Amino acid sequence: MNFSNADIAAIWLTLQLATTVTVVLLIIGTPIAWWLARTQSWLKGPVSALVAMPLVLPPTVLGFYLLLAMGPNGAVGQLTQSLGLGTLPFTFSGLVIASVFYSMPFVVQPIQNAIEALGNRPLEVAATLRAGPWDRFFTVVLPMAKPGFITAAILGFAHTVGEFGVVLMIGGNIPGETRVVSVQIYDHVEALEYGQAHSLALSMMAFSFFVLLALYGFRRTQGTSHMKYGA
Amino acid sequence: MNRSMPTNNTNHNDKLIHARFLFTPPSASPQAFTLDVDIKIPGTGITAIFGDSGSGKTSLLRCIAGLESADKGELCVNGDIWQDAQTCLPTHKRPLGYVFQESSLFPHLTALGNLKYAMKRSGKVTSPDFYEHVIDIMGIAPILSRNPHQLSGGERQRIAIARALLIQPQLLLMDEPLASLDFARKLEILPYLERLHASFNIPILYVSHAMDEVARLADHTVVMAQGKVVAQGSLADVFSRIDLPIRFHEETGVILQGKVVERDKQWHLTRIAFSGGELWVADGDDELDQSVRVRILARDVSLALSCPDNSSVLNRLRVEVTELNDDDTAAMSLIRLKAGDEYIIARVTRKSVARLAIKTGDLLWAQIKSVAVVR
Amino acid sequence: MRYNPAPALTSIIRLSCLLVLSILPHVSRAESIHIAAASNFTGAMKALVAEFEQASGHKVHVSFGSSGKFYAQIMHGAPFQIFFSADQAKPKALEKSGLSVSGTRFTYAIGALALWSSKPGFIDSEGRRLRNGNFNKLALANPKLAPYGIAAIEVLESLKLKQNTRSKWVQGENIAQTYQFISTGNADLGFISLAQIRQKNQSTPGSVWIIPTTLHEPIRQDAVLLKRGEKNRAAQELLKFIRSEQAQTIIKSHGYQIPSAKI
Repeated sequence: MNFSNADIAAIWLTLQLATTVTVVLLIIGTPIAWWLARTQSWLKGPVSALVAMPLVLPPTVLGFYLLLAMGPNGAVGQLTQSLGLGTLPFTFSGLVIASVFYSMPFVVQPIQNAIEALGNRPLEVAATLRAGPWDRFFTVVLPMAKPGFITAAILGFAHTVGEFGVVLMIGGNIPGETRVVSVQIYDHVEALEYGQAHSLALSMMAFSFFVLLALYGFRRTQGTSHMKYGA
Repeated sequence: MNRSMPTNNTNHNDKLIHARFLFTPPSASPQAFTLDVDIKIPGTGITAIFGDSGSGKTSLLRCIAGLESADKGELCVNGDIWQDAQTCLPTHKRPLGYVFQESSLFPHLTALGNLKYAMKRSGKVTSPDFYEHVIDIMGIAPILSRNPHQLSGGERQRIAIARALLIQPQLLLMDEPLASLDFARKLEILPYLERLHASFNIPILYVSHAMDEVARLADHTVVMAQGKVVAQGSLADVFSRIDLPIRFHEETGVILQGKVVERDKQWHLTRIAFSGGELWVADGDDELDQSVRVRILARDVSLALSCPDNSSVLNRLRVEVTELNDDDTAAMSLIRLKAGDEYIIARVTRKSVARLAIKTGDLLWAQIKSVAVVR
Repeated sequence: MRYNPAPALTSIIRLSCLLVLSILPHVSRAESIHIAAASNFTGAMKALVAEFEQASGHKVHVSFGSSGKFYAQIMHGAPFQIFFSADQAKPKALEKSGLSVSGTRFTYAIGALALWSSKPGFIDSEGRRLRNGNFNKLALANPKLAPYGIAAIEVLESLKLKQNTRSKWVQGENIAQTYQFISTGNADLGFISLAQIRQKNQSTPGSVWIIPTTLHEPIRQDAVLLKRGEKNRAAQELLKFIRSEQAQTIIKSHGYQIPSAKI
C-alpha cells in the first residue's frame, strides 16, 4: 500500500466526516425513529417514504437538488446567508448535511425496528416504577434497544464512508475540506493512476468487509442472547 | 407483624378509593366495549376485580394507573386526587405499584437490579428492615443475583411483586399476576400473596377471572361485565347472590367466615362453627379458635324436605329458601338459602325443584358434600 | 386432449423470418457504427452526426462521456470504432498500445476557454474580476483529469493569479460539472469550454470573457480510428466527413477552432 499525502488527507477527512455524520444522525435520527415507531398519525407513511428515499434515488439526484437548495438562490442557501453562514456547497458542513440526508435511512430504520420490537410494555412498567419520560428513555429504551443503536451507528458510519455521488455533486474537490476517499479514488482512476487507485480501493473493500463482518458477528451474538422482552 | 406503609393522615374509616371512568378502547375489535364505571372501593385490604375476559377489568386497572387516557375520569385515592376534570397525574407521578400479568422484569437488569430500579425511584428511603421484610416475605433472597431469563415464571412474578412493594406505593394494582403461570406455579405463589395481604397495610386491587384466587385472597369484590360494574361488596354478599346478570357456572358458590371450635383426633376432622350452624371438614393445620374462611360450591349442595339421617353426608344445615333463579343451562336452577345470618346456594335440577315443589319461604335440609377451607 | 405447441411455434418462426427479412436490405445498404466522444463536444457532435447520417445513410451511435473513462474502456475491449478525445494524450497512448490504426490520429477541433458567470455584467471583457478577487468561488475542471482544467491553470499562471486564487478554487470532475457549479450560482465564476455556453443557447447567458489563446497552450482535441473500425466503411466515411468544409463550419459554429494546417 503506497499512500500519498493527499490519500492520507482524504482518509483522515473521510473518517472525520463519517464520525460527525454518525453522531449527528444518532441525535436527530433517534427522535424520528421514535416517532415513526410509535405514531398512529397518517403522516407516518409520507415521513417513512421521505426518510427512505435516498435508498432508491440516484445520489446524483439528491446531490443536484442539494446543490440547488443550498446554493445562493436556493431556500436553504438564502437562510444560511441571512444567518451570516454563507453558502454550504464546497464546505465540510455542507458535506455533513448532505451525508445526513443520504445516510438517514441506514440509521433511522434499525433504531425504529428496535423500538418497535421493544413494544409499549417496558415503558409502562418503568412508568409504574416512577420513571419519567427521559428516565424511561435512558434506562429502558437505550439499554434494551442497544443492538439497534449499534447497528444504526455502524451502518451510518460505513455508508457515509462509501458515499460518492452526493459528495461529487456538492464537494468541489477541495483538499482537506471535501476531497474524501471515494472522490480521491475516482480521481486516480480517471487520471489513469491505477496503482494508487488500487491501494485506496482495496483498503475501502477491506474496510467494508470487516465492518459488515463485525456487524453480522454482533447480530449473531445478540440473536442468541435474550433480546425479547421477558421471554 | 404488621408494618404499615406511610399513608396520609385520614381516619381509617374514610379510607376510600373513588373511581369514575368513561373509556372506549381505541382498537376496533369486534368484542369492543366501553368502560363505564363509577365505584367506591374500600381503601384497605384486597379488592378483587372479577369478571370474564373482555369485561373491562384490566381496562379499569389501567385507567386507575393512568396507562390509558380515559375520555372522562375521576380518581380519588384515600383523599388524594389523582385525576379529575382539571388534573390528570401521569402514571409516573401516581404513588402506585403495578404487577403485570406476564413477566415484566427488565431483561437488561438482574433481579436485584430490578429491585434497585424501584428503590431509587420510590422517592423515599428504603429502610433495611423494610427491604429485608419484603425479600423475606417473597422468599427471593437466593435468586437476587440472577438474570430474569434464568428465573422460573413463579420466581419472576415474586421479584415483580417485591419490586412493586419496594416503590412503597399507596395503592398496589395487580393484573392477573398468576394468569401466565401453570397450576403448580400458581399454588407455589399463592402463599406469598396471602402473606402480602397479612404483612403490608396497602390497599390492593387484584384483577382476576379465577374464582379460587379471589376466594382465597380477596376481602371485597367488584364484579364486572361488559365494561360495567354489576355487583360489589364483601365476598360473602356478592357470591351468595343469584340475581346477577352473569353466571359463574361450575364455580358458583359462597364464601363463609367461621371459627374452629373442635379438632377431632380420632377421625381427623375439624369442626367449624358459623352463624348458620356447624361444618365438619378434614383436619388441617388450623388451631382452635382460629378464624377460617370456607367455600361451599353450589353443585355440592343438595336439598331434602326432611332431615336425611341415613345419609353418608356429614354436613347438614337447616335452611330457608329465599330466592329461586335459572342457571346458565336449561336443566338447572339456583336456589338461595338462608342459614343463620349467612346464605348458601344450591344448584339442583329444575325437575327436582318441581318434584319437591320448592318455593320461597320453605324450610329445607341442605346436605353439603364438600367444604373447602380456603384460608 | 393434449396441447400441441407446433402450430404456435411455426407461426412465431414465420413472423421472425419476416421481421429479419424486412430489416436485411437496410443493413446491406448502410452500416451502423459506434463512436465515443468527449462530452465537451456533445453539441457539435450531434449536429455533425445528423448531417452525416442524412448524407450517407449510415447509422452512428454516439456515447458521450469523459475521455478518461473511454480510454479505460477501450483498453479493456469496448466496442468503439472511433474515439474523439478531449485531449491529445489519450489517443497517443492508444496509438502506442496498438489499439488504433496508425496514421489516423488528427486534431478535429481546438477548444476555446471562457471565463463565465451566470450573473450578467459580473465579468468584463478583460477579466478584471479575476484580478480584484471580488468573488466567492472560482470553478474549474480538475486539471488532473480535464484538458480544460489544465488550460485554466495555465491562464491563472500567465496572469500570475494562481496562488492568490487557489483558496477559492472548486473543482468539477469535468467541465460539465464545472458548468453546473456556475449555473446554479454556487460559484460566482469559472473556466469552462466556450462550446458549453454556445450550445446551450444562441445568446450567451450571464457574462463571459473569452480567454485569449495567448494565455494558454491550445486545447487540441484529437480523434483516432480504432482497430475495431479499421475495415468499416462507415467509420472511414465519417472521418472523411469530419474534415470536410461543411463539417468544419459546424464545429466552428460551436465555439471551436480548426487547426490551420490540414492533414
